[in-house]
Amino acid sequence: MKQLNLILFTLFLPVCMMGQQRITGKITDGKKRPLQGVNVAIKDTYDGATSGADGSFSFTTDVKGVQYITATLLGYTTQEQKVFIDGTLEVNIIMRNNVNDLKVVTITAGSFEASDEGKTTVLKPLDIVTTAGAGADIVNALKTLPGTQQTNDREGLFVRGGTGYETQTYIDGMLVRNPFYSGLPDQPGRGRFSPFLFKGTTFSSGGYSAQYGQGLSSALILESTDLPQRSSYSLGASVIGVSGGMEELSKDKKGSYGIEADYTNLGPYLNVLKPKYRFSANPEIMGASANFRRKTSKTGMLKFYGYANKTHMGTVRPSLEHPGYEEQFELKNQNIYTNLIYKESLGNDWKFNAGLSYSTNVDKIDLDTLNKSTPAKVKNQSELGQVKAMLTKGLGQYSMLRFGGEYQYSVEKSAFNNWPANYVDNYTAGFVESDIYVTPRLVGRFGGRVEYSSVLDKANIAPRVSLAYKLTGLSQVSLAYGDFYEKPEQQYLRFKPDLGYMKATHYIATYQWVAKHYTLRVEAFYKKYHDLVKTSPDTTTSGTGYAKGIELFWRDRKTIKNTDYWISYSYLDTKRNYLNYPFEVQPDFAAKHTFSVVYKYTIPAISTNLGITYSFSTGRPYYNPNLPDSKFMSEKTMTYNSIGLSASYLTSIRKAFTIFVLSVSNAPNFKQVYGYRYSSDKLRRQEVVPNIPRFIYLGMFMNFGIDRRQDVINNL
Amino acid sequence: MKRILFSICLFVGLASVSMAQSAQYESVMTKNVTMLDDSANFNPDRLLEIGNTFERIAAAEKTQWLPFYYASYCYVMSALMQRDNDKVDDLADKAAVNIEQAEAISPKNDEINCIKSLVATSRIRVDPPTRGMKYGMESAELLAQANQINQENPRVYMLQGQSLFYTPEQFGGSKTEAKKKFQTALEKFSAFKPASAIAPHWGEAYTKGLLAQIK
Repeated sequence: MKQLNLILFTLFLPVCMMGQQRITGKITDGKKRPLQGVNVAIKDTYDGATSGADGSFSFTTDVKGVQYITATLLGYTTQEQKVFIDGTLEVNIIMRNNVNDLKVVTITAGSFEASDEGKTTVLKPLDIVTTAGAGADIVNALKTLPGTQQTNDREGLFVRGGTGYETQTYIDGMLVRNPFYSGLPDQPGRGRFSPFLFKGTTFSSGGYSAQYGQGLSSALILESTDLPQRSSYSLGASVIGVSGGMEELSKDKKGSYGIEADYTNLGPYLNVLKPKYRFSANPEIMGASANFRRKTSKTGMLKFYGYANKTHMGTVRPSLEHPGYEEQFELKNQNIYTNLIYKESLGNDWKFNAGLSYSTNVDKIDLDTLNKSTPAKVKNQSELGQVKAMLTKGLGQYSMLRFGGEYQYSVEKSAFNNWPANYVDNYTAGFVESDIYVTPRLVGRFGGRVEYSSVLDKANIAPRVSLAYKLTGLSQVSLAYGDFYEKPEQQYLRFKPDLGYMKATHYIATYQWVAKHYTLRVEAFYKKYHDLVKTSPDTTTSGTGYAKGIELFWRDRKTIKNTDYWISYSYLDTKRNYLNYPFEVQPDFAAKHTFSVVYKYTIPAISTNLGITYSFSTGRPYYNPNLPDSKFMSEKTMTYNSIGLSASYLTSIRKAFTIFVLSVSNAPNFKQVYGYRYSSDKLRRQEVVPNIPRFIYLGMFMNFGIDRRQDVINNL
Repeated sequence: MKRILFSICLFVGLASVSMAQSAQYESVMTKNVTMLDDSANFNPDRLLEIGNTFERIAAAEKTQWLPFYYASYCYVMSALMQRDNDKVDDLADKAAVNIEQAEAISPKNDEINCIKSLVATSRIRVDPPTRGMKYGMESAELLAQANQINQENPRVYMLQGQSLFYTPEQFGGSKTEAKKKFQTALEKFSAFKPASAIAPHWGEAYTKGLLAQIK
């Protein structure tokens, strides 16, 4: 009988458990805000519900007794709560945010990152290409960010009271000796490398990682793209030249190679739109590049990039020294750049990066006062070979340690009318750095760099420290401190190799608020210069200086429909005593106030993008030799204004994805004076002005993608 | 004898439990899958709710791929219908998690590939200039794979057509090519017999709707 009862019980067990119980409750986050869309369930049953806008839920269930109620919502840790169900039950659940990448603080003092990967990056790689007036040049686009100067009469990126020489460019961690095309006097110098080569661009205006050395002010860190998504061919044509390229993705999708060639000649353009000074040789550029990329394993990657380029150009200007005569400047340049990069995960949280690079640059310059003197011939030649290796070890969830070393072999040759002045430098450096997360909201980066240069025969140790603390989900503060050393410029080292390192010490404080569509950054900095090069009375490294300032950046991608704009403002207070300066003064490349607005407007219906960029800076000091020494650099140029416009139209011509671009730099043709040059008798002066004040560019690019989608369609 | 009787009873008892579970599975799935045939349920919030129901079923029935499949389908449809771009990635992430679990149970499944392709498509909208190429390629490739697995699946043609339909011509879209795809899809739909009442069978009405827009 007992057994029969048991049998009956077993048979009716499922039935016994019938009977409906109502479960209700409310889901909130840690701050008691209701959470919508939470999936509430009784574990291992189908019973449950989704929370409404007020966080409440309600459902019925047939189960009784001890049960587990689960609550799941993306971005939150799944909650499981033990309950005893015996009739109606109210269950309130508090859910906690997941600690994910968005909530983990990252070090941001001094740096702007453009990348597709991080959700909180300030710029995307496409932003560089689509900034009006920048002409798809990385450095020109960066000149719309705070910290940079509108120093468009000299080569390089002038950052926070530093010269162009104080900014270094790195591709995949390897130093680039000549990142700019060799150009004519009073020209800004265009970057050699297309922004399309890089998936990530980090512009650091100070306080950067110990991985990078030999830049007193700034580092431009470029990370090359990985495998292309498909094979493609491209063609480009513009008012100044043509280009063509191909990129082939291997069948197994683990490797690719590509070649590109371009030819630029400004001749036809300059025949129509005359420059201020005539060209004795119209600028002509011939270039070719090749790349090869291969996945060597699931995590390993090998990349090669090689580039060769030849340019020729010359101008003739009225002579300042000899009235009635003309000065000719003619330049021939040859440049080769190559690098080979390897990265691999070694397991156990170890990562290995290594690189080899070789580059060479030759500038041949002829200077001639026409019909008066015999031409002077200048030849500058530099070669740089380098090797770098770095190991990274992940420590726990976020922390990490990295260390490595590099060696550079550089040959700097120069000849003036066959009078040579050459030197060779063997430069070695080691670095170690650790990112230590005390909590996911607080990180410290501690590191240092040791360098030795054989030509100086001196070593240095540069400590670097950064801290970042996340205040809320969107905002954070960062602090950075560091010492930065750099060898004096080649033209001084050539003649006096026993100089010391120049040195800058940075102190930076940043507040940053980054929401999905808005970015606000405020940064204050103080930079102390030591041991700058002095050329008077003797060539020594005894110059001094400082730079301090405050910078603002605001970007808004949402408020106005189809519109994206950003505003940068930099206040800079800097003085230095270097070269032939008699005492500390504001140098002739620095402006006190710099302001930029970049505005981009998309018209989706006709797939057209319009852009306008306005840049402004206050006047720069210039040297008037007619004034007494005490008034050195006391006069200032007019303010600088520039408006760049661009329009691009996307379409397809047959199967080629095609883009038409029209861009105009300095559209209103504002007069821009960067300084004045005086004759040695101080009687005459010449304005330093752009030779082509307004440039109109019209071009088209076609990309013939070998789209797998098309294959599929054709096979049907 | 008694022991045998006991065993039989126990067996019958347990069987009734598991049959109940299985019957419940079929009936609950049928009920929810039927809901997806009703266009009134096609709004982002309602789809999220139904998706959550499927997710609960999936959590209880860990060996069935269909609950994960439908959960993912609901989430990705909710993502595609979202007005607010900010919510798209979260929903797509949720859809991706579920479809990966479905794939772990049932690998090389053309229907699962279709959903994975939709997940990639849904992400494009958040930032078309930077994402269009990457996710567009991924989406197309997943459909090509699905087509290799099963050439008779009408949803593959439908989704290929949809992609051609919505992609601007300058990026490789084409209304005429889309029309061909939709016509193929409809031919395949008329021949298509779902394996069961709860097997994937959606898309025919939608295809007709898009085709009507071309004519």
